[in-house]
Amino acid sequence: MIEPVIVVENLTRRFGDFVAVDHINFEVQAGEVVGYLGPNGSGKTTTIRMLLGLLKPSDGKATVLGYDVFKQSEEIRARVGYMSQKFAIYDDLTTLENLTFYGGVYGINDKARIQRTLELVGLKGHENTLTKDMSTGWRQRLSLGIALVHEPKLLFLDEPTSGVDPTARRAFWDLIYELAEGGVTILVTTHYMDEAEYCERVGVMRDGKLLALDTPTNLKKSIIIGDVWEVYTHPLERGVEILSAMPGVERVGLSGDHLRVISSQVKQDAMQSLLSRAGLRVEKIEKGEPTLEDVFLTLAR
Amino acid sequence: MFNSRIFSIIRKEFLQIFRDPRTLAMIIIMPIMQLFLLGYAATTDVKNISMTVWDQSKTIQSRNLLDAFRAADYFVIEHSVGSLEEYQALIESGDTRVVLVIPPDYDRRLIEGNAQVLMVLDGSDATVGATALSTARLVGQAYSTKIMNEQTSLAGRAAPSAPVEVRTQVWYNPDLNSAYFNIPGVIGMILSFITSILTATTIVRERERGTIEQLIVTPIRSWELIAGKLLPYVILGFIETFEILLIGHWWFGVPIRGSGGLIILTSGLFLMSSLGIGLLASTLANTQQEAMMTVMMFNLPMIFLSGFFFPIAAMPKFLQIVSYAIPLRYYLTIIRSLLIKGVGLAAIQSEVIALIIFGVVIMGAASLRFRKRLD
Repeated sequence: MIEPVIVVENLTRRFGDFVAVDHINFEVQAGEVVGYLGPNGSGKTTTIRMLLGLLKPSDGKATVLGYDVFKQSEEIRARVGYMSQKFAIYDDLTTLENLTFYGGVYGINDKARIQRTLELVGLKGHENTLTKDMSTGWRQRLSLGIALVHEPKLLFLDEPTSGVDPTARRAFWDLIYELAEGGVTILVTTHYMDEAEYCERVGVMRDGKLLALDTPTNLKKSIIIGDVWEVYTHPLERGVEILSAMPGVERVGLSGDHLRVISSQVKQDAMQSLLSRAGLRVEKIEKGEPTLEDVFLTLAR
Repeated sequence: MFNSRIFSIIRKEFLQIFRDPRTLAMIIIMPIMQLFLLGYAATTDVKNISMTVWDQSKTIQSRNLLDAFRAADYFVIEHSVGSLEEYQALIESGDTRVVLVIPPDYDRRLIEGNAQVLMVLDGSDATVGATALSTARLVGQAYSTKIMNEQTSLAGRAAPSAPVEVRTQVWYNPDLNSAYFNIPGVIGMILSFITSILTATTIVRERERGTIEQLIVTPIRSWELIAGKLLPYVILGFIETFEILLIGHWWFGVPIRGSGGLIILTSGLFLMSSLGIGLLASTLANTQQEAMMTVMMFNLPMIFLSGFFFPIAAMPKFLQIVSYAIPLRYYLTIIRSLLIKGVGLAAIQSEVIALIIFGVVIMGAASLRFRKRLD
């Protein structure tokens, strides 16, 4: 059997009384794209920082590529790429100068390799642009290029798409898949639900705890017990009140022009008649597909 | 010890310095500004003190006395008054520093041998006051000796020589030109201020921007990162030293009597301390402003206790002891001795040893604090 790329056992980090990461356990296999979903402050960044040896774990242990994250962090650092939330770019340097600099720090002075990285992240032709004059999308790509300049087999991406427009986000994920096809293992954090859907496996994190880690399909199956109903009624606010009070309803949430109701027992007709009796107009009630957002909100309760 | 990782950092650092006009101006123009300010404005050579005269005698004798004061080169007789109120007003408004009052019976009492004149000094500026006081005494003494000699020779006797004559020899700086003293001090000040501020801010800026985190996750070692960040400022420190030396020598005429090698060596040793202070400040600060403040907190007391402005010998005992803990103190002694006296290593060896100890201790402590971790 092939050794997992990342093994985390009871990893914990406290800052004073605050527990940022609370006894988490997981494994990542070679070649996987694993997403780490959770709101800001849920402990995603702290976890990655511990895996890179930037922060000392308060408890538990972890290995990356077989090396202990704290005692052998230099071994790990030479073999992994890291893209932090704040794009670590020198604003007063050009694209090429930034890449050449980080390449040099990794001991790579081969100009062809720098050019290859430039091409991979699609910044060819923008070599001599000062990075402070570039859009967030381009800065994001350069930041990825910096993480890739030494051609690592494992990539940590911490909120790589925050503040980037949807088109650039889509293009960025295409790039991530290209890398994954090339055999790179990727651990990526995000707070966008739709991005988490792109991952092979998704970990859901909240208040320092890893609540679940599985494929999006399995998460939906195992976490959402019952059916998802899309209820089109008017007024919506009254609908939330009435349905929440209904016995057997797990959760009611607003979703644009309709309500999402999760329930294992309540049927379509029962909801229809209850709402009508309360004087609400019911346009239609349809069976919906569970989403990761449903999973997240169910877990977060 | 030179490798591509350190070289990459150095090259990047220079790229950034040359692309930032403010830093560049600070590096090139600040030393020149300070040099000219301290070379001209901070001079303690008191000359041309404004003097007011109330000559109540108005005789040949009183005019001779005034000529003696004029000849001393320290005083310029600018006002002539006729009453106490008039000169009081001049002193209060600051228009005059010194008032000489010659009484009406001056010429008569001069013959009797007990003439008195009154000298009123504005003591609010102690430096000017002290110079005026001692000069006035000297002029008075010399003038009375001269008159005594004239009187005795008139009486047909041989002029007696003074019982004790103090002959003076001023070594190294015969004109007691204060630029000779100040300009070597400017080198010390620039080396400690600019280099420590620049190192502290350049490192903290990386922390502010998040680039330090990216650097930490590369295989670069702590000492390589420190060396790469500091070496550009060592080079700039030397450039500034040469800049000040050249201007000091060609413009202000400050001699460079000691060996160039020793100047470079000891300046390098001193740079270790000031870069270490910058590095230490960078580990204590989270923002560039904080870094600046921290460096200032270290540097200001150091400048005042180093003997740059005020002689250490004149300080209270306690502060004299504190000044031993200040690297700039040793460097100032060294650079002044090297430039003005032209001494060799033997004369400054204890100061050099002190600089080595401070450099190693400060740099060591700073490097230990500067670890490749975030917590």
